[in-house]
Amino acid sequence: MSAPPPVIELRGVIKTYGAGTAAVQALRGVDLAIAHGEFVAVMGPSGSGKSTCMNIVGCLDVPTSGAFLFEGADVGRLPRRQRALLRRYYLGFVFQGYNLLGRTSALENVELPLVYRGMPPRERHARALRALATVGLEEWARHTPGELSGGQQQRVAIARAIVAEPTVILADEPTGNLDTARSREIMDLLAGLNRDRGITIVMVTHENDMADYARRVVRFVDGRVDSDAANPGRA
Amino acid sequence: MFRETLLLALRAIRRNAMRSSLTILGIVIGVAAVITMVTLGGGATQAVAQQIRGLGANLLNVRPGQQPRGPGGARQVAKAFEAKDVEAIEREVPGIAALAPVAARAMLAIHAETNWQTSVTGTDNAYFQVRTWTLAAGREFTDAELRSGAMACIIGATVRRKLFGASDPLGGSMRLGALACQVIGVLAAKGQATFGMDQDDIVVVPLRAFQRRIAGNQNVDTIMVSVRDDVPTRRVQASIEQILRERRRAGAGEEADFHVMDMQQIVAAVSGTTETMTLLLGAVAAVSLLVGGIGIMNIMLVSVTERTREIGIRLAVGAMEEDVLLQFLVEAVTLSLLGGIAGVLLGLGAAFAGAALLGVPFLPNPWIALVAFLFSGLVGVVFGYFPAHKAAQLNPIDALRHE
Repeated sequence: MSAPPPVIELRGVIKTYGAGTAAVQALRGVDLAIAHGEFVAVMGPSGSGKSTCMNIVGCLDVPTSGAFLFEGADVGRLPRRQRALLRRYYLGFVFQGYNLLGRTSALENVELPLVYRGMPPRERHARALRALATVGLEEWARHTPGELSGGQQQRVAIARAIVAEPTVILADEPTGNLDTARSREIMDLLAGLNRDRGITIVMVTHENDMADYARRVVRFVDGRVDSDAANPGRA
Repeated sequence: MFRETLLLALRAIRRNAMRSSLTILGIVIGVAAVITMVTLGGGATQAVAQQIRGLGANLLNVRPGQQPRGPGGARQVAKAFEAKDVEAIEREVPGIAALAPVAARAMLAIHAETNWQTSVTGTDNAYFQVRTWTLAAGREFTDAELRSGAMACIIGATVRRKLFGASDPLGGSMRLGALACQVIGVLAAKGQATFGMDQDDIVVVPLRAFQRRIAGNQNVDTIMVSVRDDVPTRRVQASIEQILRERRRAGAGEEADFHVMDMQQIVAAVSGTTETMTLLLGAVAAVSLLVGGIGIMNIMLVSVTERTREIGIRLAVGAMEEDVLLQFLVEAVTLSLLGGIAGVLLGLGAAFAGAALLGVPFLPNPWIALVAFLFSGLVGVVFGYFPAHKAAQLNPIDALRHE
């Protein structure tokens, strides 16, 4: 039996925005494979194409050419609907700006992915509360984002990302708005989820300190993968 | 899932309570207007039909000239009827319960210091039967009065009130123009006016007296015929037409220079007119419903823009286009249905007050309420679809970046 396919695989992915002379190539042929259970930090200067790459991996965008394989299946050209289903069942997102629904309790925010899975309320509540317990916020279930600190909000967002038990968590600068102490809490949480639950994590970050939590660091420069190496600090 | 969506919609509406209520105001007014118009119109139709029926049962009016068609049509001048025509009809047409020759004109009635412009009608005792009218006091004409053309008058309730006030008019004398006449009876009040005419504003004198002393001719303006209950009015109408055609020498195929009007037809015609008016008013009101829909579309578009990020988040965590579409569509429909409910209640209230004010019966029509309510829902679907579609088509990347 051959080894299981990587959970994420990009083959010669090119992404072009605009057309004609105004066309901008954000990705100029990216090859990247991420196996199950990896914790990968994606780094690179602004405009290096890392965000575009994350959007494609997150099924929010499609490559102009090249292939995007998810667990061995080519999903790069799936229609909008199918990509929404992939997000619904396999992916969890953590954003820099938390992106929680305002004036909606932490519990309901965490429940949101389950609502779209059509899960009955009772089961939904139970699972959302468990997810909140995982991030240490079960006491705060009834509070709205406005009543929570930045670190707490990001933990709610992580609870939302894991509540549907995704295969992959995509984190886009999850500590970008937090101070060092808060950042470390978040990173410990993510690292724990990766270690204990085997959730694959792909994280964009600017900070070397945060990248050190990952076991592998991929650097983008000018729309290409510039370096891809095991994290010396962790390996 | 649908329950979730509905709860979500209600929450979004409550969150912006002020804006939501202003948004649905258009729908509220539209629905209320439709219901008020249609309910009042229905009541008015019934009131008018009832009043016309009150003019007399199974009544046929025979008049010279062709039936007036449409507004402003020139009435052709035609020879009036004579007493002989009346006699011929009475003699030859079967199925008549009563028949009264009528001639009338407007005159000044004077009593003591008071005068009053009224309508003087020359006829005989059959008139009271034909019009199902009873005397409140006094007596009908005697045969002698009818034959001799004595100036005896029977007055309507309005004339009595205007000329005699509280005093007893019976046996008193009054003047019609220059003619003195003796009051021998007072008619029972008919009550409501029809088409703005006061039926009680009348003085009745013997036909012979009217012809000789007032009109100065032998003309009969109208022949009022009351048909027996067991006889179809159509048949009587046809017989009268046949006899009069012969007597007035209308050739076959030639249009007759008289017409026979069936009160039932008038009821139908007038009811038809008021119903058309009702429909028209209802249609105008329905336009305001559409305007209300545009208001909802407007606010939903604003709402979609405001909540772009929310939509992005929902799309990112696995909402499908149709989930977002449904969410905003349900919100728009819920809004407009809330407006519909408020409109139905307001409309019924306004119709109730209006009916009392106008003196027409309050006839709420549950079907109209239901239709207006459902139509408000339809408005929500139609005008909510575009904003909802716009929301569903948002690109999640852009939506998430939206500030």
